Amino acid sequence: MAGVLILEQALNGLQFGLMLFLLAAGLTLVFGVMDMINLAHGSLYMVGAFLAAWLVALTGSFVLGVIGAVALTALFGMALEAGLLRTLYARDHLSQVLATFALILILNDGVKMIFGNDLALSAPAALAGPVELLPGLQYPAYRLLILGVGLALALLLWLLVQKTRMGALVRAGASNREMATAMGTDIPRLFTIVFGIGAALCAVAGALLGPLLAVQVGMGENILILAFVVIVIGGIGSIRGALVGAILVGCIDTLGRTLLQHVLREFLPPQWASAAGPAIASIAVYVFMAIVLAIKPQGLFPARG
Amino acid sequence: MAPAQPESDRAAHARQAAVLAALIAIALALPWLLRAFGLDFYLSLATRIVVYAIAATSLNLVLGYGGMVSFGHAAFVGLGAYVSAIMISEGVRSGALHLVATLAVTALAALVIGAISLRTRGVYFIMITLAFAQMLFYLANSVKGYGGDEGLNIRARALFSFAGYVLDLKNPLAIYYVALAVLALALVALARFAPSRFGRAVLALRDDDVRAEALGFPTYRYKLVVFVVAGALGGVAGALSVNLQGYVSPNVLHWTQSGTLMVMVILGGVATVWGGLIGAAVLLLLQEVLASYTEHPEFWTGWVLLAVVLFARQGLVGLLTARRAPRLS
Repeated sequence: MAGVLILEQALNGLQFGLMLFLLAAGLTLVFGVMDMINLAHGSLYMVGAFLAAWLVALTGSFVLGVIGAVALTALFGMALEAGLLRTLYARDHLSQVLATFALILILNDGVKMIFGNDLALSAPAALAGPVELLPGLQYPAYRLLILGVGLALALLLWLLVQKTRMGALVRAGASNREMATAMGTDIPRLFTIVFGIGAALCAVAGALLGPLLAVQVGMGENILILAFVVIVIGGIGSIRGALVGAILVGCIDTLGRTLLQHVLREFLPPQWASAAGPAIASIAVYVFMAIVLAIKPQGLFPARG
Repeated sequence: MAPAQPESDRAAHARQAAVLAALIAIALALPWLLRAFGLDFYLSLATRIVVYAIAATSLNLVLGYGGMVSFGHAAFVGLGAYVSAIMISEGVRSGALHLVATLAVTALAALVIGAISLRTRGVYFIMITLAFAQMLFYLANSVKGYGGDEGLNIRARALFSFAGYVLDLKNPLAIYYVALAVLALALVALARFAPSRFGRAVLALRDDDVRAEALGFPTYRYKLVVFVVAGALGGVAGALSVNLQGYVSPNVLHWTQSGTLMVMVILGGVATVWGGLIGAAVLLLLQEVLASYTEHPEFWTGWVLLAVVLFARQGLVGLLTARRAPRLS
């Protein structure tokens, strides 16, 4: 029984980790190549989730709604980059913090004006039931879909970064931006596209996690910090690092939240265990980050050579 | 020596002294001015501004003067708030004890957090200070005995008693003047700090810590001292805020609180004595005014902040002072 529980939670952890990766991928490139702290990255996740909830209700189709939301969020992200964020690349980190914090305020209240404080988004009916993966292991079909999409997008992104010309340019930019520019790369144009892809990935994560968590204003704030933790652990600017970091953080967080309670119950009174378990799990992610930084100050996979 | 220069300097000094005297007079008379106009309600807003100004000023010491971009300053403000709230809920009301406990706990926390965080630099320092604040945030959420995620209401407030005279912070006037006194002390200390030997050394290592180290300054220790002093002052602001509002919740430790304090400092003016006060006053007044005109004050606050980033690069203090200080990067 314990084995099944651990396996189920490991799948949940992997699934959460893959969604974190979708957020972290864009964040790490903007941070790594442009040296830009974008606190509003979580807002793109929120915008994507709200657009998905709205479009799914409008079209009556989950797939159409999510695809539409991803496309619109990508366009929105590119407009944001070209219209505002681009002017901030050359500014210091403090100006970037102030500007993108302002963006969070604007987008939170803007979404509230248009859609209200929250929207309902439920998983497609066809995927509502569980699937028996192993004898005794019933796993929700919708969570399997998230796993599948997450793995597929991670693979796609890896191919894009490792095997295409654009990916090579992005890697060159992350490793040494001045040199890449000197060699003739049009970094600003490249980055509008990269930002659009990052925004699209945020929208995928927001739309897919919407039915599991809640589509509400402020949903981007907490997950943003986890995404930052992921990219610091992985090494700022590294897509591979973001993937490894995201899966580690997803598993530590999820397994800690559920399994730690069971372990602590062996030593502590139950009400203590149920309070301490989730707290220690939430803190564990940050402790893990501190340990990684103590051992490898540049993260697990430093992008700058 | 051209005689004209000291003359105009003296005139500038006289003008500054006059403005300062007027400001102090207004701050001292504010409760009576508000009562005269029937605006008593706004006294608590004024106190809130003063309390936030203390917190923002303490952050400005680390961030502006020390050059340490701490993204976890809410840790100390929140910790101070929890220390005071927990003492009151345990029946300890002596203001002196509250002050000592707040200073001790927040300074110790800043010592530990600072000692670890200051081994990193740049972006990693930002992230690690944030991580420590997040840890305290989740810890506060899980301490069910003191409210957990619902927060903690306190009915009584801290008392200061001397010579048979009792100052209860529940009295709106008392807490306003106590907060004002703390802010005044903080601002005077900050103004004296910058030109002092220690202050100059801190500014030097902010601008080029390799050079400062080569000159023989113990840069790590100096930074740690600044970090600890700022943390303790932030803690006092937190303790005052709990005595003002009678309530504390883990939200005081949320990263958006650290973000708000940073926004106040950058808005007002990084590494300026008045930056924290101006930033806190402008941001809180802006939200108050917008809230009375629109249902979405944050939306418009965001646009104002964006305009400041794009058009007032030195913050509002930079706009106000005609003679700009040379920018130290």
